[in-house]
Amino acid sequence: MDRIITYAQAILEATEQCMAADSSVYIMGLGVPDPKGIFGTTLGLKEKFGDNRVCDMPVSENGMTGVAIGSAIVGMRPIMTHQRVDFMLLSLDQIINNAAKWHYMFGGKMKVPLTIRLLVGRGWGQGPQHSQSLQALFAHIPGLKVVMPATPYDAKGLMVAAVEDDNPVIYIEHRWLHGTFGYVPEEKYASTMGARLMRVGTDLTIVSSSLMTLEALKAANVLSEQGIEVELVDLRTIKPLDEKTVLDSIDKTGRLLVVDGAWQSFGVSAEIMAMVSEKAFDSLKCAPKRIAFADVPTPTSFALTNHYYPRAIDIVNTARKMLKMSEVTEEEAGICHQAPLDVPDLSFTGPF
Amino acid sequence: MTIWNKGKPIDMELKKKMYFDMLRIRMVEEAIAKHYSEQEMRCPVHLCIGQEAVAVGVCANLSKEDYVMSNHRSHGHYLAKGGNLKAMLAEIYGKATGCSKGKGGSMHLVDLSANFVGATPIVSSSIPVAVGLAFGTILKEKRSITAVFFGDAATEEGVFCESLNFASLKKLPIVFICENNFYSVYSPLFVRQPPERDNLSIVRAYGVAGEKGDGNDVLDVYTLAQRAIAHINQGLGPYYLQFDTYRWREHCGPNYDNDLGYRAEDEFTTWQGRCPIKHIEESLKNEGIISDSEVKEMVKRIHEEISEAFDFAKSSPFPDPKSAFAEVYA
Repeated sequence: MDRIITYAQAILEATEQCMAADSSVYIMGLGVPDPKGIFGTTLGLKEKFGDNRVCDMPVSENGMTGVAIGSAIVGMRPIMTHQRVDFMLLSLDQIINNAAKWHYMFGGKMKVPLTIRLLVGRGWGQGPQHSQSLQALFAHIPGLKVVMPATPYDAKGLMVAAVEDDNPVIYIEHRWLHGTFGYVPEEKYASTMGARLMRVGTDLTIVSSSLMTLEALKAANVLSEQGIEVELVDLRTIKPLDEKTVLDSIDKTGRLLVVDGAWQSFGVSAEIMAMVSEKAFDSLKCAPKRIAFADVPTPTSFALTNHYYPRAIDIVNTARKMLKMSEVTEEEAGICHQAPLDVPDLSFTGPF
Repeated sequence: MTIWNKGKPIDMELKKKMYFDMLRIRMVEEAIAKHYSEQEMRCPVHLCIGQEAVAVGVCANLSKEDYVMSNHRSHGHYLAKGGNLKAMLAEIYGKATGCSKGKGGSMHLVDLSANFVGATPIVSSSIPVAVGLAFGTILKEKRSITAVFFGDAATEEGVFCESLNFASLKKLPIVFICENNFYSVYSPLFVRQPPERDNLSIVRAYGVAGEKGDGNDVLDVYTLAQRAIAHINQGLGPYYLQFDTYRWREHCGPNYDNDLGYRAEDEFTTWQGRCPIKHIEESLKNEGIISDSEVKEMVKRIHEEISEAFDFAKSSPFPDPKSAFAEVYA
């Protein structure tokens, strides 16, 4: 009964169903119709919907974002894809100056229903310019929405929600999630743009998103065995931020640990800590903590990335510290890393 | 859909209309300049006095269904395309009745009833959006042409070339109109582009047809725009037009700024001597198409319209402060 598919298949299915339901939806991006189909997320679309609606594009990120915006203004609903978020930086002018503000600066007379899919790379030597997580940058801009699905269910639901939204939506998918499996209904459905309680608990609230939600889940299971019940909030949507779900959880647990798969300074973790400190200071039983990336570009060598990315054991020990408990080793925690940190799992043999 | 009257001479009525439209733009801009010191128009204004012929000559070729996009110096394009004067002035005055409800100001004019789709001040940034309008019309199987106005500096931005490339690739129905007024703020063309540079060679290298014309001669502008649109209507793809012209007032604001010394006084007076409105007015008079009394009558009519529009703008209410928080999302 419960149909299990991958995160990548969920994205493909959402795209296909959106395109079938609405002839205004089209997908554009470098490599969209190519034989690999953006890691399998666009395979077969060209055969079903033709060249016009499944288009490759010139290597002109900024110009083509403008084109997508213009087409959206006259009634199309474009999905634009970038195989790495880093390339999309070339289109910041169009995204920030035009897409985000078009509705506002013309007094609500026009709308830009544009979805921009960004892939975050990690591991296998992705290095400084192929692995950036820039959710905070986009979330800073009024007028943009930012979603980061962690599960195949939300990969589909949030893609449908993004395409059907009348605003520009930045859809950030983590390359390491593409191969993960989960329950995904066959019919078309939209996930709410808000947070989801992944786990109910009483001792500590962990707020996370995307791939880090999986690490946090792992850590929560370990902590549960140690008698610590974590409430895990998967943000799903970075902007608009679902403050209520976070605050309700803090009311219950009194402890906040933010886990963000991006740089620490001025980031999503800073925003959540600031928000909770302002709005629920009296509920806090201890200082909030966060786990995020050190403020250095991602190195390439796996010998270096092995020490760069935080993992479940870091979450376990930070949580224990917040509860005034001593640190444990991976062995003591029963966490067994099968592979170096530059691959999502042992089946992954590169190149990316 | 625009219909090209191939080979037809421009008739008297059209000449008169274009003269009237240019005069109207000039008088509106001068009225803005006059009122600006009252400190009620609290936003930057980029006046197009001296450049009226390009807007009018191009837009006279467009039908209502055709789209226009523009840049920071957009008043002329907006009015030439049929944008609502009252809504434009109210917008500059920051009023609720403004075309963008006070959220855009002079640099973000819009009038969808005239298919003037918008203007933005980031140099070159409206060009790919205009290409997107043209692409959208193809996807939606609509038969509209898009015209996008920009200055000489916009051709220095990378996205200009990106836009030419895609428009050419998809043979999009768009006409790119470069108004070369020789300055980007105070930076003259010669510090920004090598003397060998030829934009026509550049656009042609992208597979886009193009021509240059006299931006102070509305009949020249009209004729070249007519040719461009005929080319597009034949399905031959985009067209680039470049017109030399000159802005009389300062880059931003109501004043003259020759005292700054960034341009020579005799360069200025030479261009002022080539006033596009005087030029067509004299030729209409010589041909006996228009008389002094008709001109007087036009001036009177326009003056009344402008005065009424300023009254409207000034007496309109300011937006509710709460509206600043509305329309962030659609």
